[in-house]
Amino acid sequence: MAKMRGAIVVDIERCKGCNLCAIACPLNLVSLSATVNHKGYNYAEQTDWTQCNGCTSCAIVCPDGCITVYRKKEE
Amino acid sequence: MDAQHNDVLLLKGNEVIAKAAERYGYDGFFGYPITPQSEVLETLAADKPWETTGMVVLQAESEVASINMLYGAGCTGKLAFTSSSSPGIALMQEGLSYMAGNELPGVIVSVGRGGPGLGTIQPGQSDYFQAVYGGGNGDYHLIVLAPNSVQEMCDCMGKAKDLTFKWRVPVIILTDGVIGQMMEKVQLPPYTPRRTDEEISRQCPWATNGIGLKNRKYNALSTLEFDPLVMEERNRRMAEKYSRIEAEEVDYELYRADDDPEFLIVAYGISSRVSMKTIDLLREEGIRVGMLRPKTLWPFPNKPISKFAETVKGILCVEQSEGQMVNDVRLAVEGQTHVFHYGRSGGMISSPYEVMDAFKKMARECVTKNWPKGYWMK
Amino acid sequence: MITKEELIQPENRVYGKPALMNDTPMHYCPGCSHGLVHKLIAEIIEEMGIEEDTIAICPVGCAVFAYRYLSVDWIEASHGRAPACATAAKRLWPKKLVFTYQGDGDMACIGTGEAIHAMNRGENIAMIFINNAIYGMTGGQMAPTTLMGMKTATCPYGRQADLHGYPLHITDIAATLEGTCYVTRQSVHTVANIRKTKRAIRQAFENSMQGKGCSVVEVVSTCASGWKKTPAESNKWMEENMFPYYPLGDLKNTAEQ
Repeated sequence: MAKMRGAIVVDIERCKGCNLCAIACPLNLVSLSATVNHKGYNYAEQTDWTQCNGCTSCAIVCPDGCITVYRKKEE
Repeated sequence: MDAQHNDVLLLKGNEVIAKAAERYGYDGFFGYPITPQSEVLETLAADKPWETTGMVVLQAESEVASINMLYGAGCTGKLAFTSSSSPGIALMQEGLSYMAGNELPGVIVSVGRGGPGLGTIQPGQSDYFQAVYGGGNGDYHLIVLAPNSVQEMCDCMGKAKDLTFKWRVPVIILTDGVIGQMMEKVQLPPYTPRRTDEEISRQCPWATNGIGLKNRKYNALSTLEFDPLVMEERNRRMAEKYSRIEAEEVDYELYRADDDPEFLIVAYGISSRVSMKTIDLLREEGIRVGMLRPKTLWPFPNKPISKFAETVKGILCVEQSEGQMVNDVRLAVEGQTHVFHYGRSGGMISSPYEVMDAFKKMARECVTKNWPKGYWMK
Repeated sequence: MITKEELIQPENRVYGKPALMNDTPMHYCPGCSHGLVHKLIAEIIEEMGIEEDTIAICPVGCAVFAYRYLSVDWIEASHGRAPACATAAKRLWPKKLVFTYQGDGDMACIGTGEAIHAMNRGENIAMIFINNAIYGMTGGQMAPTTLMGMKTATCPYGRQADLHGYPLHITDIAATLEGTCYVTRQSVHTVANIRKTKRAIRQAFENSMQGKGCSVVEVVSTCASGWKKTPAESNKWMEENMFPYYPLGDLKNTAEQ
């Protein structure tokens, strides 16, 4: 069965850790890191990419455009 | 539309501002009615230049809006102008500061009336400070032209267009209700087409109009700068430009002043017209007096006034105010001779005979009073 | 099974920061609605392919530096005067998209006159109005749109009618003016709302390009710092308190006919 596979790449230094992406992810696959970036923000990271279907919700709600979403149909 | 080139017409000063703008290829007018300059917008509205030259004409909701429309036009590289009178120009000071700060082209016609406040609707010259020193914030200058006839009102619109693009400094044409309202014969210039988009983009590569964006860095025009060092750098660059303007653009005219006169009158605008008659009357009495008339109030003709100050026994500054330009005359003179002021204000205009009386009083003081030796006579 | 490396390839990229939004870090606080609206504007201009036909005008307020973040030609207007600037720009460049981007202080307070007259003249411009009911840049003072009872730095005991008057519904006023063709109120707190706002701004931009009249898109927004809440709490507070006062939806749309 074909399945949508997705993954995100976060621009860590641009991220301000607002956490809106984590709230927007319907599968709860995004959370804030334990470490901080150079500005001192806990940045967003994907906890389990294997579950991601590339729905783009996290990236759409990102005010700073930090998230790039990749998606491919896996046959 | 009177489409003949080189038309010679009998027109009011305000009307000729409108006609000249159409013919010099101005792109737009944005203004608000105020006495005594409303004929500018009325003439444009009647002429409908948007159907011929493509010039945009809009009656704005206020002078504040007008000057910010000029700001918007200037940012995109278009040549717009506005006209107003004293209280209206007061409302524009913030916008003028922004235009100066972003080094934008734009032309402002200021047809002065008596002040302060609402003052009167009769003519006045009490807005010299307003035009030359300004009420906007920051280190900036505007180029100030001072026509004294209807013909010069016309010519100044052409000169202002050249200067504002040459230097990227807004230009004020400072005139008064007499010249705005009086009718004189005027030779209008031939029609110059408005600049094409390509010409604008060549002339104003800094403009925010999107042209050629894909092949250049985007333009952003802002006066805001959080880094004081960068802001100071910007101010210094502008100051350097202002000193070049002072070196190159001073303009003035002499009247019966080429025979080593004993006394000098300094007057601009309508006061220079009155003073010319006074000088003719005094010359009939055998008094050697001449006039220096600044045609640019900023930059001010400091050097020629200073030169006269070396030899004349006194200088009378005639202006229809309680004394504004006289301060600049004193600065130019630097104590070399005595400087007096004469003028009416609040909407009153001196007659040539009043100026003559004031002149004689001054001359008597200069000659009879026991001034410190060598103070003014070298 | 596909590996992460195989997935993260340019041909699989489905969403990301639009190219027109440049890499300059935005000064906005974490979670600020401004960034979202900026991103939508960049996406729309890219999708419409009108980069060279855009004149953008930013306000004084938090969005004062908008010109640093979107790579189109920008005019930074003085406080409240963006609609006057836009009026001249559009009349002198009638084929261009001209839009203003203004906050509640800029459009509904100091610049009310310019805003209403530009709308009423039917200037063919789009006006994007960010309403977060507070002055963000100056540090959380009362705005014309501050809600009754809402606490700010200049109404620390809550906005009250006898002292401060009432919130100004400038978008509702806009809808009553004959010169406006499209007036809508949206928000950007959920994916669905972001998509609706994007459609609204796109329509406003198309109206400007096609000379249909003045369009006003209000975006009811959050100000986490000014409201002293987290971005998530701000969204919730907005839904509970702002939306009853500023209900979402189209107020007027005569441009579609």
